[in-house]
Amino acid sequence: MALKTFNHGIHPSYHKELTSGKGIEKAALPKKVIIPLQQHIGAQCKPLVKKGDAVTEGQKIGEISASFVTAPVHSSISGKVKDIEKLPYPGGGKVLSVIIEGDGTTKEWGNGSIGLELESLTAEALRNIIKEAGIVGMGGAAFPTHVKISPPKEKKIDAFILNGCECEPYLTSDHRLMVEEPEKVFWGMKALMKAVGVENGFIGIEENKPDAIEALEKVVSGSGGSGIKIVALETKYPQGAEKMLIKAVVNRKVPVGKLPMDVGVVVNNVGTAFAVYEAMKYNKPLIERVVTVSGNGIQEPKNLLVRIGTSFEDVLNQCGGITKDGEREVLNGGPMMGISQTILDVPVVKGTSGITVIAGAEIKPNTYQPCIRCASCVEVCPVNLMPYKIGDLGRLYRLDEFKTWGGLVCIECGCCSYTCPSKRPLLQWIRVGKVKVREREKV
Amino acid sequence: MDEKAQEKVSEKPVQEKSIEKLVVSSSPHFLRDENIPKIMHTVVLALLPAMAASVYFFGLRAIGLIVISVAACLMTEYIVQKIREKPVTIWDGSAIITGILLALTLPPSFPYYGAALGSVFAIGIGKQLFGGIGYNIFNPALLGRAFLQATYPVLITTWSEPLSKAAKAGVDAVTAATPLALMKFEGKMTSHLDLFFGNVAGSMGETSAIAILIGGLYLRYRGYINWKMPLGYLGSMAFFGGVFWLINPAKYPDPLFHILAGGAMLGAWFMVTDMVTSPVTPLGQWIFAVGAGFLAILIRLFGGLPEGVMYSILLMNAFVPLLNKHTRPKFFGEDIKA
Repeated sequence: MALKTFNHGIHPSYHKELTSGKGIEKAALPKKVIIPLQQHIGAQCKPLVKKGDAVTEGQKIGEISASFVTAPVHSSISGKVKDIEKLPYPGGGKVLSVIIEGDGTTKEWGNGSIGLELESLTAEALRNIIKEAGIVGMGGAAFPTHVKISPPKEKKIDAFILNGCECEPYLTSDHRLMVEEPEKVFWGMKALMKAVGVENGFIGIEENKPDAIEALEKVVSGSGGSGIKIVALETKYPQGAEKMLIKAVVNRKVPVGKLPMDVGVVVNNVGTAFAVYEAMKYNKPLIERVVTVSGNGIQEPKNLLVRIGTSFEDVLNQCGGITKDGEREVLNGGPMMGISQTILDVPVVKGTSGITVIAGAEIKPNTYQPCIRCASCVEVCPVNLMPYKIGDLGRLYRLDEFKTWGGLVCIECGCCSYTCPSKRPLLQWIRVGKVKVREREKV
Repeated sequence: MDEKAQEKVSEKPVQEKSIEKLVVSSSPHFLRDENIPKIMHTVVLALLPAMAASVYFFGLRAIGLIVISVAACLMTEYIVQKIREKPVTIWDGSAIITGILLALTLPPSFPYYGAALGSVFAIGIGKQLFGGIGYNIFNPALLGRAFLQATYPVLITTWSEPLSKAAKAGVDAVTAATPLALMKFEGKMTSHLDLFFGNVAGSMGETSAIAILIGGLYLRYRGYINWKMPLGYLGSMAFFGGVFWLINPAKYPDPLFHILAGGAMLGAWFMVTDMVTSPVTPLGQWIFAVGAGFLAILIRLFGGLPEGVMYSILLMNAFVPLLNKHTRPKFFGEDIKA
């Protein structure tokens, strides 16, 4: 049987072999952490601590109760608040952040298991635990999870999809979680399904992770009649994009401008499910996550369990450091959707699924040639746009035409720029168009 | 790495304090190993069998015409780019393709100066006047040939027999009519086998269907041409040619004749497929290829000329902007109501 997938997309070289066989290691306890008060899509938290306060690991240090679309943040180490100031954020720009200096002590979460059983919890209670734990989508977008699993009543949800695609090149953090902790991931998924109130569950995994499929298959069949199916998907980028995943797994198309819940689907990431498990079982908030450190510019690629707020530099040094000579580019995330960093003293945040270091010849050229209408970008665009055209319209600020030709439909996967033989930065221009349209419409 | 300098980062502007000198760019951060010269040189490679066939059937003069055309194309491109003060990109392979394609569409006896003149027109007017690679509306090689057709109407329709047939007659060169002219003006048919291998009179690179097919299939294998194009063009010629053949088999040739004779093969695999001058949308590509095939048959059967491939493609080139505009694919999820 042909593997399920979506139309178009690309097959980049994945380089997953650098870390796919490497078990998750615990990173060293950082001496200092920087916790940005906004690590999610939504309203920024207000600090609950002030300079000089003592904090303990897992203590809530930021929250905004007035807003629904937000997620609290917690201290990932025990120690003292050194300062609260605006600092560079790995997602771009600066964000008000709490700097904490550690005292070297740690807390054991596993032993203090409160052992909540799913049967005893209402959907309401589950959602509340998830919200209090500060859990957000851990695939990169960092949308608050409690919001995602609280669809309005009129939206009938009949399918839940756990996103185990991990289609970004280099990244293997979800892969390793599925291989090493399949029970916990499965448990977290069931908790999420209960919170949404849905019986039908799917786990979508690209077929380049046969060990992950096998591990979860074992757990799912062991649980017996759980209503959860594992769906092997073609290895293709961007298979993990929500709309593409929904098309591949349940063959539904999310209409333009609508959300997955409009077609009765809720999607959550593997890392998110794992975080939900830890929150339920250990009462542990989201204070650490698995980060793949990889790329041709890093000495020893690894999968590390890193505390939120640890600096990139600290993490990279635990992997032998980055290449010293020549050009290097350090990314928050993978090479397709990651964000370039200007300095290494930025913190790992909830959405940091990986740190990729590209060096030397792999760094893309910064010149481009004329478009030769080869149609490659049209052939790869997963949402059927004509990127060469909207790229130009965005670049030239021709905003009405930009909208007519679907500039706002773009999911920013980057397939067009990747495939362009003239190396035209199409996605960059489309982003310019989107920003300009939004600016104009705000006025 | 200077760690002390890193400590102070937060207080001053980021860029000044950065000691790492990292590259910063917009995503995606890694790109496909593909570029214009690679594509163009692959097309040149794919044209080798057709060039070899032209030498085999028409002798060393074929090499002369190809070399002159290519050289004239490169020189014209160089001069125009110098005048326009643009970067010189003559080695990106695109001018070489134009030169080869133009030469392959000429009769073997065509004068060298004519080939050079056609090349100057193809690159100078057909390509650079529009702004260079990527901006031209018409296929430069075909535009060059159309120019020569208007300038030297006699020379460009003076054909010679392939060497093997001339040798049989005991002379160096024999003028002859092409299979399409024989069909049109004398009602004589040429065997499919001769057309397939190319042992007939005609433009020097167009006669051998098999040589062109090998190159075309290689391009398809490398992923540089879209199968819709050659299939749409040849299929359309066979279909519309077939309709007339069924109406009157005595007067009109069969479908196979249409796609093997004249410039159909070269046009289908190397000209309809030209990226710059063909549509980018799937529906647009179908309309373009099928429309061009239909026009070619109309010209062949009812026009004043025996061959219609050149004008069929040039005419459809003019519709490309319109086709791109009106055949936009539906966005993902556009046709669905929630």
